[in-house]
Amino acid sequence: MNSLGEALGAAWRLLVGFDTELLQVVGLSLQVSLTAVVIATLIGLPLGAAIAVERFRGRQALIVLLNALMGLPPVVVGLLVYLLLSRAGPLGSLGILFTPQAMIIAQAVLIVPIIAALSRQIIEDAWREYAEQLRSLGARRLTAAMTLIWDTRFSLLTIVLAGFGRAAAEVGAVMIVGGNIDGVTRVMTTAIALETSKGDLPLALGLGIVLIGLVVLLNALAATIREVAQRKYG
Amino acid sequence: MLPLELNAVSFAAGGTTIINGITARIETGPRTIILGPNGAGKSVLMRLCHGLLQPGAGSIIWHGVRNGDVRRRQAMVFQRPVMLRRSALANVMYGLKLAGKSRSECELRAMDVLEVVGLAQHAARPARVMSGGEQQRLALARAWALGPDVLFLDEPTANLDPASTHDIENIINAIHASGTKIIMTTHNLGQARRLGDEILFMSNGRLMEHTPIDQFFKEPASAEAAAFIKGELPWQ
Repeated sequence: MNSLGEALGAAWRLLVGFDTELLQVVGLSLQVSLTAVVIATLIGLPLGAAIAVERFRGRQALIVLLNALMGLPPVVVGLLVYLLLSRAGPLGSLGILFTPQAMIIAQAVLIVPIIAALSRQIIEDAWREYAEQLRSLGARRLTAAMTLIWDTRFSLLTIVLAGFGRAAAEVGAVMIVGGNIDGVTRVMTTAIALETSKGDLPLALGLGIVLIGLVVLLNALAATIREVAQRKYG
Repeated sequence: MLPLELNAVSFAAGGTTIINGITARIETGPRTIILGPNGAGKSVLMRLCHGLLQPGAGSIIWHGVRNGDVRRRQAMVFQRPVMLRRSALANVMYGLKLAGKSRSECELRAMDVLEVVGLAQHAARPARVMSGGEQQRLALARAWALGPDVLFLDEPTANLDPASTHDIENIINAIHASGTKIIMTTHNLGQARRLGDEILFMSNGRLMEHTPIDQFFKEPASAEAAAFIKGELPWQ
């Protein structure tokens, strides 16, 4: 108990003292996960919208698959991306294994299914409500899909925040494809894992506090957006 | 684009026949009321005419209009209006933009109709937080702005209080006066009498009669219509 108290105290001093190492790790975490979530949104959102408004063979199977992929284990994603990017792999010539780019790819792969599956659900519910009205006004499918995305924008934003939370908090994928190299690919989660095993608890705890704070902040943001939008736009 | 001709139109869903061999000819001019009890198939018939559903058998023919123009020259207002999550003005402009109008043209036209339905001062308000009556007026404005030859109305006052119903009926009459053909469903005999010039009476997916309004109430041709009038107005 005493060591926890001491570690917390030391962690706090690192935080309020804006420790360089801590800041660098937090900065890289944000950079990697934000980039990943932008890429995943650009892929996942149109994919979800398309599945929501289109009818094709195998649609139901695709939905089941997407829902299942939401629970994809990060280490497995890490392993697959590792195999793709390693020297002998199909994308080995890119030479980006153990770089932040590799980590961005792994996290994007991890959250594309989350964004696609959840946005599919939201847009399909809206489509059920809007379909007749939009068709009556003469909207074709692509126009209708764009209208639905815009009309559900606040719900979709909370999905994107959820995706970001998932990306920032996972450790398995970035550990494997990033390699946790000090100053290059070390992010919050991998640093926590390493510092804990080294016994440097203050840094690990300090990062843990930042990480939890970030997750709480994201959820508060999501709840606020939902609430304000509901009151303002109905 | 009228007359509208229905030839032995049938429609079934999930093994249940909803529309059963309806033949009718709807002419330009009189306000047409599709009347009947709940479950008679009124709304489905209207969706078939509007093109939201395809008939399982029979044909629906619009005369005097090229095929590609059919949708653009008609509009529909639903029982429960679906408002987009944007301002009242933007809701009206949305339909106009889809019809290919320029932005400034859209805005002018949209403000005009909002004025007529008494919502001009609410143009900037988010449509979804408006009251039920205001939303239905807005839905009428959105449809009217398109300048349709034919306007379908599916029980437009079913969920509204008497004051709002009165407003809506006045707007419907104004749209009629502007030269748009009104085709409307209702199960409310009072409304049918106030707004109708001719009645299509439906029961169990069949068209039982198609008569001018006075004749319908004085001497209904079918036993079903007589029972419906009696059941709705038991004191008469």
